[in-house]
Amino acid sequence: MQKLGEFKLPHFFNYPPYFTLQPVRDTREKQIQLWKELILDYCRTQKLFVIELEKDFPLFTNPTIERSLTHEAKDAFLSALVSDGRAEWMDKSHRKCLILWHRIQDWAELVLRYVRENGLEDSVMTVEEIRLGTESRGTELHGMDRTILMRALKLLEHKGKLAIFKGTSTDDEGVKFSLQ
Amino acid sequence: MWLPVAQLTSNRRPVLNQGEVESCLLSSVDIVCEENPNLPPFKSGLLTLTTHRILFTPDTSSNAVAIPLEAITHIFSSKKSIKAMFASPRVRFQVTTTGEGSVDKNGSKSAVVTLVCRGKSGPDPDVFVGKLWEAWRGRAWEASSEGSGSSLAVTVDQGGSGAGVFKMPVVGVSGILRKEQEMWESTDKSLQDAFQDLNALMSKAKEMVMLAEKMRQKLLSGSTNQSSSSTDEELGTTKEEMQDWLLSVGIASPVTKEAAGALYHQQLSRQLADFVKIPIERAGGMINLIDVYCLFNRARGTELISPDDLLQACTLWEKFDVPVMLRKFDSGVMVIQNKSHSDEEVLARIKSLVLKPEALRTGVSASDAAMTLGIAPAMAKEHLLSAESKGMLCRDVSPDGFRFYISLFEEFHGDDMYIVKEYGNYAAWVAANTISFRWPFGRVGTVRAGSDGFRTVTGGTVTGPSNEPRAHAGCGLTRVGTVLACRFVRCANRRSWTRNRLVFFLVQGSKHKRPIVQG
Repeated sequence: MQKLGEFKLPHFFNYPPYFTLQPVRDTREKQIQLWKELILDYCRTQKLFVIELEKDFPLFTNPTIERSLTHEAKDAFLSALVSDGRAEWMDKSHRKCLILWHRIQDWAELVLRYVRENGLEDSVMTVEEIRLGTESRGTELHGMDRTILMRALKLLEHKGKLAIFKGTSTDDEGVKFSLQ
Repeated sequence: MWLPVAQLTSNRRPVLNQGEVESCLLSSVDIVCEENPNLPPFKSGLLTLTTHRILFTPDTSSNAVAIPLEAITHIFSSKKSIKAMFASPRVRFQVTTTGEGSVDKNGSKSAVVTLVCRGKSGPDPDVFVGKLWEAWRGRAWEASSEGSGSSLAVTVDQGGSGAGVFKMPVVGVSGILRKEQEMWESTDKSLQDAFQDLNALMSKAKEMVMLAEKMRQKLLSGSTNQSSSSTDEELGTTKEEMQDWLLSVGIASPVTKEAAGALYHQQLSRQLADFVKIPIERAGGMINLIDVYCLFNRARGTELISPDDLLQACTLWEKFDVPVMLRKFDSGVMVIQNKSHSDEEVLARIKSLVLKPEALRTGVSASDAAMTLGIAPAMAKEHLLSAESKGMLCRDVSPDGFRFYISLFEEFHGDDMYIVKEYGNYAAWVAANTISFRWPFGRVGTVRAGSDGFRTVTGGTVTGPSNEPRAHAGCGLTRVGTVLACRFVRCANRRSWTRNRLVFFLVQGSKHKRPIVQG
């Protein structure tokens, strides 16, 4: 079976029509479904958060069969993820796409679990500490995308689980948890 | 029935005899015998005047009848009266009949036949009478019957032996000549000398018709006597050639605007339905409209029709009970097909084509399908596209071209992407694309995709030409040795075909890797 780095590719990755956006509705729906699953799977295992359409993305090219996705096809598959709530366009011109292999509320849950497991219910942390600190090492939070983390924190703030303090720069934005 | 029955084609066009040409059509005509009310009248039909007969085709599905012009002894000139102005126009002529009253050219009695013209459209009945006079005086049947003694029905006119000059009623090459002659006739009599030359030319044209007739008869006898050997390829080609010749000799008596007037498109439509039968059969049940346009006009020789006329004639088929129909594909391509033509059959053939191992690997292009189905590439593409729209195929657009594959999307699983069910097209596709080498002694080679995009195979032993191992990819090995590796590479020299090629590296006693190219 073909691999992309450590990622195991399905057999149909070598099926040339998989790389051509199908014009017939039923076929296209099935094709989009398969692409959505593959993109999410790949991003989850590779810890990828952003796909840039104008840059090479390994999944969108198959050198074995010499096929790659057209811009239109990439846009169609990512837009399908966006409408499922599993991705978000980062700009209006659809050049960058944020991939949410966990939904925002799932990320928020992960943050809460992390806080509880580390006994941080009343403490103050910077955003960067959550992302890159030693405590988060080994969890899914480690190295996560800042934009997504901020979205999850804001959701928790909205629920009254924490308060975000603005610093002078983005680096020293702080979070005060209040889970009790 | 007091009038002789006339033959019709399945599309209700009259079957014309040797050398017979249509000259005028009138619709909604009754034929009555006013002096003998015991003879049932023929009501409401299409009247076709030819050089030999007056044909009556009823609007209902009953038999057509004909009055041979030979039986006519006198044509009455129409009376101009106040009364006649309000009644339907009538044409009267006297015919010879048998004792029982049936019209017969050798009859001893005579009767007056009246044609009642109820039609509002079409040519004026006076025009019809004029044409009737012309045809009757032309005595075309004499020319035919003279020749009926020999096997060939056309004889060479000896030039001015008849009272009126007989018009050669054949279109095609001689149609041009006929036109020429008509032009000459209308000019001064002093051009008589030049006219003589034309007669000489005309006899040449007649020889051509004789040749065509000879070929046709040969063909007919060939198909009845030698039906067993008709599969013989040599005969097949000559047969086709002959048919082509015949086709280029042309349609005797094409429907023209001049002759048919307002009934033009209707009659053209019927004639076309008769004509397309053979080309459709040859094209496998479906033929491009453009091809028909070319073939039809070539068969007509002169009296060409416009694309618009053709389209109108085809559209009229909806109203008649003809075995062919016009079909428009989603892409806008128009074709003529047999009503019995089944898409299912074509789909089944396409399916078996795309399931072949070679097609599973590389897909099929429109030209591949055209070759297999024996049809034009444009038509094959239409079939492939319609199979795609039904979800049977899907497309692959790449620098290699536009190709179609059997659609496997339904067999792919999103939940577990790595599942390949043991049976089904997906499994067949995986098998066709994976080379599993099973060498004679049970050693199995493994296939790996390298980072460079090549697939490399290692392991396995090739033991001898007699036990020639065959990979699933259809590649054979003839050398003896141990396979060090083989690579699955893409042929660069033929861009239009994505054909893969295996290169084997064998260890053969020597120190060097020796590639053996297999295709």
